[in-house]
Amino acid sequence: MHIPDGFIDLPTSGAFAVVAAAGVAISIRGAKSSLDEKTAPLAGLTATFIFAVQMLNFPVAAGTSGHLLGAALAAVLIGPYAATLAITIVLILQALLFADGGLSALGLSVFNMSIIAVWFGYGVFLLVKKIMPKKKVSISIAAAIAALLSVPAAAAGFVLQYAIGANATFSVTAVLTAMLGTHLLIGIGEALITFFAVGAVLASRSDLVYGYKNQVSQLEIRAN
Amino acid sequence: MKQKTFLISGFIASLFLAGVVSFYASSSPDGLEKVAGDIGFIDSAKEHTNSDGVLADYGVKGVENARLSTGAAGVIGVIATGAISTGLFFLIRRKPGGIK
Repeated sequence: MHIPDGFIDLPTSGAFAVVAAAGVAISIRGAKSSLDEKTAPLAGLTATFIFAVQMLNFPVAAGTSGHLLGAALAAVLIGPYAATLAITIVLILQALLFADGGLSALGLSVFNMSIIAVWFGYGVFLLVKKIMPKKKVSISIAAAIAALLSVPAAAAGFVLQYAIGANATFSVTAVLTAMLGTHLLIGIGEALITFFAVGAVLASRSDLVYGYKNQVSQLEIRAN
Repeated sequence: MKQKTFLISGFIASLFLAGVVSFYASSSPDGLEKVAGDIGFIDSAKEHTNSDGVLADYGVKGVENARLSTGAAGVIGVIATGAISTGLFFLIRRKPGGIK
């Protein structure tokens, strides 16, 4: 969902870049409390893994592919603030080094993927986690459902940008329907990868998983 | 699992995925590109500013072998992302013992 230059006009791109920059600034402050000697390297690894898996486009329907976005995965592993930063670093490197995603559209992409997908995904994760039994596998399932919905959420962000400042005049409703449908399909792949990746980290180092640690500390507080 | 073992395994897995598996990735247009093509606004896309870059489109310029070109671009990307992101996360982390 890396937006090329030209889809969205410059004033709209600029406005979203300002909002995206504010979100990143808030995330730098917010990530401080969740990052220490142990979790900072995990945050780096999460960004690295997401970069790698974003290269792996999988086929979703005839003539269409998708790849992991990684927003929900990152939010569960390292917390939403650090996740916003991780996805943003990946998007900046992809645009600068690999010509993937337009430079003038960077703010649009950061808004959709680093902010909407991360925070919406994290919200879904918290809600699902709440109603699930307090087990490790519940964390993976909640992360997968968050992943499934985070992709159409990011797609909806693009539709909003299209509605405000598209350089084309095709119907917004048509774009909305097509974007949500296609990205719900991509979301299924997103959910599967997220389920297994979160499961693998939980199995080897559950103490590092932000979305799991929080649960443990909440339980401890209640027990006191 | 030790933290070091865990981090190294994750990094090696990332190198393998970006360096080897990436060659087998689908080359069909992604969701947004497909929708843009179907509806018609793909024509408003402009060529990327860096489209002539050394690593543009996940290939190393001048390397003819597609497997090698994609793989090397992936490895460079993994190392760059790993170094830059880990460095930044260390910079903003909570310092032990607070402010000196």
